Amino acid sequence: MSDYNFAYLDEQTKRMIRRAILKGLAVPGYQVPFASREMPMPYGWGTGGVQVSAAVLVPEDVMKVIDQGADDTTNAVSIRKFFEKTAGVATTEHTRDADVIQTRHRIPEEPLREDQILVYQVPIPEPLRFLEPRETETRKMHALEEYGLMHVKLYEDISRHGAISTAYAYPVKVEGRYVMDPSPIPKFDNPKLEMAAVQLFGAGREQRIYALPPYTQVVSLDFEDFPFEASKADHACDLCGCNTSYLDEVIMDDAGGRMFVCSDTDFCRERRAAGHVGAQGAPYEEDAA
Amino acid sequence: MTPLFQVKSLGKYYGSRIGCEDVSFDLYPGEVMGIVGESGSGKSTLLNCLAGHLEPDTGEVLFDTRVGGLRDTVTMSEPERRMLGRTDWAFVYQHARDGLRMGVSAGGNVGERLMAVGARHYGDIRAQAIDWLGRVEIAEDRVDDRPSAFSGGMQQRLQIARNLVTGPRLVFMDEPTGGLDVSVQARLLDLLRGLVREMGLSAIIVTHDLAVVRLLADRLMVMKDGHVVETGLTDQVLDDPQHGYTQLLVSSVLQV
Amino acid sequence: MYVAVKGGEKAIDAAHAWLAERRRGAKEVPELSIAQIREQMTLAVNRVMAEGSLFDPDLAALAIKQARGDLIEAVFLIRAYRTTLPRFGYTLLVETAKMDCIRRISATFKDAPGGQVLGPTFDYTHRLLDFKLAAEGSLPDAPKAEPHIGPVPHITEFLNKEDLIQQEPANDKEPRDLTREPLDLPADRALRLQSLTRGDEGFVLGMAYSTQRGYGRNHAFVGELRIGTCAVEMEIPELGFAIEIGEVELTECETVNQFTGSKTEPPQFTRGYGLVFGQTERKAISMALVDRALRWKELGEENVGAPAQDEEFVLYHADNIQATGFLEHIKLPHYVDFQSELELVRKMRAEAMGTMQEAAE
Repeated sequence: MSDYNFAYLDEQTKRMIRRAILKGLAVPGYQVPFASREMPMPYGWGTGGVQVSAAVLVPEDVMKVIDQGADDTTNAVSIRKFFEKTAGVATTEHTRDADVIQTRHRIPEEPLREDQILVYQVPIPEPLRFLEPRETETRKMHALEEYGLMHVKLYEDISRHGAISTAYAYPVKVEGRYVMDPSPIPKFDNPKLEMAAVQLFGAGREQRIYALPPYTQVVSLDFEDFPFEASKADHACDLCGCNTSYLDEVIMDDAGGRMFVCSDTDFCRERRAAGHVGAQGAPYEEDAA
Repeated sequence: MTPLFQVKSLGKYYGSRIGCEDVSFDLYPGEVMGIVGESGSGKSTLLNCLAGHLEPDTGEVLFDTRVGGLRDTVTMSEPERRMLGRTDWAFVYQHARDGLRMGVSAGGNVGERLMAVGARHYGDIRAQAIDWLGRVEIAEDRVDDRPSAFSGGMQQRLQIARNLVTGPRLVFMDEPTGGLDVSVQARLLDLLRGLVREMGLSAIIVTHDLAVVRLLADRLMVMKDGHVVETGLTDQVLDDPQHGYTQLLVSSVLQV
Repeated sequence: MYVAVKGGEKAIDAAHAWLAERRRGAKEVPELSIAQIREQMTLAVNRVMAEGSLFDPDLAALAIKQARGDLIEAVFLIRAYRTTLPRFGYTLLVETAKMDCIRRISATFKDAPGGQVLGPTFDYTHRLLDFKLAAEGSLPDAPKAEPHIGPVPHITEFLNKEDLIQQEPANDKEPRDLTREPLDLPADRALRLQSLTRGDEGFVLGMAYSTQRGYGRNHAFVGELRIGTCAVEMEIPELGFAIEIGEVELTECETVNQFTGSKTEPPQFTRGYGLVFGQTERKAISMALVDRALRWKELGEENVGAPAQDEEFVLYHADNIQATGFLEHIKLPHYVDFQSELELVRKMRAEAMGTMQEAAE
């Protein structure tokens, strides 16, 4: 891959993306238009995240890529390989060893630090899109802070279902100003959006970048009498016994047998390595899987 | 007494054609002004200019804002004008479809304005929505139904509830009874008259129907070809029209 | 005992190896060469160049080979390659009036200076499968004629001289570059044309067809369709003058559309415009119709709510690389989101059943 520049993108493009990132950090939650490039992977498969990662990576960085919380899902593997090949950076599966973490749909369980960057892949950056399909209209609604419609949606949820029926991509308000889509993370992860690390959101196909600087105030939209609730499956992880992590449900057989396991594979492995054992777990062995 | 709303030599042109020209008037708190004229007289253009839906080419549209006193709404920033549009002002469209969200329940329709100005308690919002549905004679058990399931008269009453829930200080109405059956019109007019009196509403009502203004308006403005041809107290204008056009308008009704 | 699914990396490698094998097909059949694709699958190559926005027949042929003939996949390969290329600058305007035409027809005039040239077209072929092509054989040479010497002026210029067609005011403004700036609406015509020329042929065709069936009808005639090669010139700052850096094959379509006029302006015909890389006439005609439909506002027409009149709708959905990527991404794992919804539905069902039971009791 010597034909390509470090991290694939040419330096001019990276500068353009960095400008968009800086603008995003300066106006938290505001969607900055950027001239997204065609990447060698399909739009909708993380091209926004990849471009943002490429723009912030330096050769000394250690990178981690997760999809659905796991390092070994095929798209995570594919993106990690892309950066190994085009940037030659070291990669890791350990959250705490990573400088840059690119993620799709999850925030790692382990709290991130100030010297880390979390890059999200975003399919539809516009939280108002499914209420108003026109970009020209939604930009105006953001500019004028007209967010009544967003609450109408939540109101309708409650009147129909007795609860807010948004389970992921749960909208948030950033520093009391912009309503933002936190990307399709489960609402369980929403409280973690207030964190020490820099969070960058890249939407390649929709040509938008937005950002949360460290310790930004992020409030999940709700009603006083129907407060936001960060819920998860009411189980413990069957492998490591953790009670507080987000869980994947795995169907074991066709008789209704199932087990619940941590969606964050690194977190689960670390716990098992430290001796925690869940209801169906075996004692941890190095490279067991 | 400061007027609530003051219009000074307002004009709007479509190319060389006059939409409306040289319109001036004051509206005082609690007053209802009727604007009548046949279609094409410029009354709808005027109303849309007053409400900020159209940008006038000349003149001023002053409103007595809560903090800044009388301010020209034509030159104020769009965010400020839109803020007025969802707080102190309300607009009732002739076609309820234009003023309602057809895919949202009746409760959500009424609640939207409350939420737009910061209401965040579901129970309170719903209670207020139900209260307002009651005031416009829509049964509580319809609160979760969508307006598409409502009759034309009910849709119009829902639109009125949606507009009045935040206690606006000025209501613009564009042919609010147009397109409804006569019996439905009468009921709606009764309801509107009750609300106007009870809430002390200030309103500007555009209509071609003199019965509407006789019942609702304190003062009347008659428009023809984009110009105001006669103004005065409603009874005065209707009982003793001075301008030839007004005489024609009044006599054409009386003959019915 | 449950073991987490691992081995994504191995699976990917194996999948790629299998894909390569399938791409090659039966080994006893000779392998396609790039030259064969370039010379014998020309119209596929043209489409890939047009939608890939890169004029390079050899690379397009390579992309088609690599993509197993999936043209959108091939366009994708070209786009991804193109975006990494350094941008030296912009060429001068291409003078289509000086095109060396291999085809040039007009539906509005029986004849005109430069003549009607049918060229290599399917138009009047009877669509009967030609089984002779299944056997290899030599082909007799096509008859030759003397090339037309002299200018081939644009047909619409004749209308222009009489003021019968709307003038396009000359404009020295540098057009925005769709590949270097985010799409920003409202778009001017130059930006719309950029989007359409690289838009998906099927999408643009469907939009154009919808205008003909009444969704934003604009009564189009093909004023002129011409296909041929044009010189590409570029200013070289070090030289201080422009030099020819090569030539490209282009298809250009100008439609003559319904006339407009008003009390102050006498009636005039209006135009739609299409310009596409390679011999791609279906696309060029479609582009002209959609271009014309999108001009409703500047021409003072009514917006009848037709999809082809809706700039935001057309421009945001014309790109097949964006569309196919997003469409296909729904096959990626979404189980975290799904799990979150699963929990919510279970909870809401439990509450609803509880309420129903209470009511029953």
